[in-house]
Amino acid sequence: MSGYRLKSGGLINRKRPISFTFNGATHTGFEGDTLASALIAAGVDVVGRSFKYHRPRGFMAAGVEEPNGIVQVGADGRSTPNLKATTVPLYDGLEAVSVNAWPNVDFDIGAVNDFMKRFIPAGFYYKTFMWPRWEAFEPVIRRAAGLGRAPREADDDYYEKRHLHCDIFIVGGGPAGLAAALTAAESGLDVAIADDGDRLGGSLLWGKTQTDENDARAFAEGAAHRLEAMENVTVLTSASVFGYYDHNYLAARQLVKSPASRSSAAGPAERLLKIRADKVLLATGAIERPIVFANNDRPGVMLAAAAQEYAMRYGVAAGRRAVLFANNDHAYKSALALREAGLEIALIVDPRPSLEGPWPTCAQKAGVPVQSGSAIVDIAGEKRVARASVARLKGEEADFGDLRHVDCDLVLNSGGWSPRVQLFAQSGGKLQYDETFHAFRPKTSVQDEISIGGCAGAFQVFKCLEQGVAAARTACEGLGRPVAAPALGFAPDDVEHHAQAAYFRAPVLKSGRKAWVDFQNDVTASDVELAARENYVSVEHLKRYTTLGMASDQGKTSNLNGFSIMARQRGVEVRQVGTTKFRPPYEPVTFGAVAGRRVDAFYHPLRRLPTDKWQRENGAHFDDWGGWARPTCYPRIDERHKDAIYREVRATRSSVGIFEGSPLGKIEVTGADAGVFLDRIFVNTASTLKPGKARYGVMANEHGVVFDDGVFVRLSEDLFLCSTTSGGADHMYAWMEEWLQCEWTDLDVYVSNATTAWATFAVAGPRSRDLLSRLCAGVDLSRDAFAHMSCATGEIAGVRARIYRVSFTGELSYEINVPAHYGEYVWRTLMEAGAEYGIAPYGLEANLLMRAEKGYIHVGAETDGITVPQDIGYGGPVKKKKSDFIGRRSMLRSDAQREDRLHYVGIKALDPTRVLPTGAHVLDAPDGERNSGGYVTSSYWSPTLEHGIALGRVREGRARMGERVKIYDNGEIFDAEIVNPVFFDPEGERLAG
Amino acid sequence: MLLINCPFCGPRDENEFLCGGEGHIMRPEPYDKVSAKEWASYLYYQDNHKGVVFERWRHAYGCGLWFNIARNTVTHEIEAIYEITDPKPDLERR
Repeated sequence: MSGYRLKSGGLINRKRPISFTFNGATHTGFEGDTLASALIAAGVDVVGRSFKYHRPRGFMAAGVEEPNGIVQVGADGRSTPNLKATTVPLYDGLEAVSVNAWPNVDFDIGAVNDFMKRFIPAGFYYKTFMWPRWEAFEPVIRRAAGLGRAPREADDDYYEKRHLHCDIFIVGGGPAGLAAALTAAESGLDVAIADDGDRLGGSLLWGKTQTDENDARAFAEGAAHRLEAMENVTVLTSASVFGYYDHNYLAARQLVKSPASRSSAAGPAERLLKIRADKVLLATGAIERPIVFANNDRPGVMLAAAAQEYAMRYGVAAGRRAVLFANNDHAYKSALALREAGLEIALIVDPRPSLEGPWPTCAQKAGVPVQSGSAIVDIAGEKRVARASVARLKGEEADFGDLRHVDCDLVLNSGGWSPRVQLFAQSGGKLQYDETFHAFRPKTSVQDEISIGGCAGAFQVFKCLEQGVAAARTACEGLGRPVAAPALGFAPDDVEHHAQAAYFRAPVLKSGRKAWVDFQNDVTASDVELAARENYVSVEHLKRYTTLGMASDQGKTSNLNGFSIMARQRGVEVRQVGTTKFRPPYEPVTFGAVAGRRVDAFYHPLRRLPTDKWQRENGAHFDDWGGWARPTCYPRIDERHKDAIYREVRATRSSVGIFEGSPLGKIEVTGADAGVFLDRIFVNTASTLKPGKARYGVMANEHGVVFDDGVFVRLSEDLFLCSTTSGGADHMYAWMEEWLQCEWTDLDVYVSNATTAWATFAVAGPRSRDLLSRLCAGVDLSRDAFAHMSCATGEIAGVRARIYRVSFTGELSYEINVPAHYGEYVWRTLMEAGAEYGIAPYGLEANLLMRAEKGYIHVGAETDGITVPQDIGYGGPVKKKKSDFIGRRSMLRSDAQREDRLHYVGIKALDPTRVLPTGAHVLDAPDGERNSGGYVTSSYWSPTLEHGIALGRVREGRARMGERVKIYDNGEIFDAEIVNPVFFDPEGERLAG
Repeated sequence: MLLINCPFCGPRDENEFLCGGEGHIMRPEPYDKVSAKEWASYLYYQDNHKGVVFERWRHAYGCGLWFNIARNTVTHEIEAIYEITDPKPDLERR
């Protein structure tokens, strides 16, 4: 119990206490707290267990870089795993638990790993669990290592996405961002500024300058108010910019609604913002990094600035008696601020041999003991720091004979500041290693972006302000806009800091003591050294071998330390080691935000038929057929689907059936060159077709492979209507457009996709003519006047219609096309008039079954990615055709001309009761070895013929009619015969009927 | 996400477009005089170098127009956008 609430100070509302639970225990904080600040104030030391060794951990940071305080927040469907307690605003009734501890954080059985850590270094799992196979161990290891728990319940909340366009987008609301935003906004630019905090201000809200800190806060508040009041400014708070993509496109996740509402009626939970800006200013600040020393992961070891932020912003003391271990002057400011707040600074330990800067002088003057040329070499205390052991440095080693032990409950750790270059690096910008502050900073930009303030290596407030104003001016000038120069009303004094030392790692008092580099993934200095010894020297290999920087914090506090240790091992400079690739997201993003509204019914919305209402009212069973909700069959009550399909087939074959085929592709091709164009598109010839006639066409791609088919009709000299397979319409339309726009720009042709403009019904069966004769006008349906493969226009039930006499079932059949909005009326009229013939609606299954009986191919079933027209019996038309067409040259390849290709044939089991399995192989065994000589592509029980029928592609099949073959499927062998694929009505008498 | 300046609609996000691969490829003709090598080169041998590439794109979820793009695969900069029938522009290679 070390942390406590200070008597005064902080941007919290002490009149508004907030009750919450952590790991089941109830605590109280104040409005304005984060979960982390409230827990520290409540005296909670251990907030999590480490990933691998299950060591007790306390808070190390105060922001997104926190590696230890990972919590799961909320219950049921709203439960969110892997949040950093430092970024969770406190709300009434908040329930949080630690994510990596069992049974609890105070007593964790997994901590046995800590005693074993000598035996489980980096790469241990890779090396050990190889035999007999990794999969045998993986589930156990994963369970032991897991972070957080995905909720099982559906999320009650909804999420949304928003696009944002602006002249200038500013990432970060600290001093640099605010100065830039004010300048750009006063100059009249469209400004958007985003900050991941719940208010603008950044380090101004807690930082110490020589000016009174109240001035800094007043400036931040004033600036925020000014910006919010301006119409040309969008202020986005609680918005974490996590990705910087091409052409100044950025993505942010904004927390919209207080989770306290617990109601989806209160609005979206989160919003994914997609921002496109002419100019981007990155003002993302810097991250303080820890020094690597023995037991530096004990609860109570905290970044110096984090302790300062807890005190100044939240009025929380992280401990009572502190030791500061710092290699830079900046941390002295933190120590002095904490001292003013009432904490005791027992000792400042600094590895630098001489301390001449103004801040160390200031500390010494204030009476704080400072020990230069020294380092912390060990920490005592398990669940809380109890004592720090300090030794004088002799070069890289330490004089362990001269140890100084200091009792303390807080160790402030500061290894200097690293610019937050993540977004800059994501944008493609190049980094350089800065030899004055020993971290990477932006060097050259690739996109239209400027880094300002801490992320550009400017660590003093006045410099941030200067850079903010200057960058906004540059942006205005770049956009050709006049620059206004508003008074910021804030000119803080701040003395120069001395350069921070290149000191990353302290000597370790006892061998066996681990010094942590990556806290969240439990990577120690010795793991990095092991990787170097085993030759994983590239930082990308180091990352994957040790998992350094792979945790949800993405190495924010650890990467540079790891790289510096690797550089030392290799005897090179850090700049030569480089960095790993920075990739989005900068911060974890919830699946909900990424999915947005595309869930449930909006995930994959199906297209509805023009007769959708009738179909639903009349018992159609729907399925997703190529993105359309279409009737598969029309089962009666207590009727099995199979029986319904057979009944529908029998009704159609014996009298009349009706099929809702509106998704059938309908592409109109018009213009003087329509015939020439279609000759090039189709394997067949189109230009010789007479108006009023229809022809079956096959389409191939440039590889000569069949990819669609359909009937095309010539409605008039310069108007063709091409049908495509259902679901193929969009592709076929795009295909025709591409050839017209890119290749044959000289043709006078227009194509338009009329698929959804028309409702299309097939009326099929021997009584179809009788039925239509009663409803149609202006068209002679008689056998001689309107033969098979003809088209006409007329009226049906008073509605203008295109009528094609075509058939996919093998029956006398008419395809009725009426404007889509008349579809349901015409369908109902047909059903009423057809009642006396026993008309049956038939679904897609019956349709496919009837076409199989008739031996019509179904592209995609009887054909695949290597099927050329010769394979399906269209070699003749190809040979005869005079002109070029798409894919023709490929059909001349010797491989396409081979005699022993797989030919389209029928296959019939010798036992007529058997239905061959689809996908079964036709055995080819010329040399006694079993090989596949083709396969079954469609197979059904034929209710018409009352035996099994199958279609397939068989090697040299057309030359093998009547041959007996063996069909193999999953160990079972069937005897069968190769036959003509047209099982039903081979003479076509019914078609011509 | 690239920002692509459709010649007909103006600047739009990349996800409204489809990339149709390398542009300025001439279809070898007549088919009965095209060697196997020429045909294979047309079908399979596309340019794939680092730097400026010439591609054809379609504003598929917009106006439907096909047009040409000169795009730098290193910087992702779009260096030229021109009509489908225009000749390849003479860009200074980077």
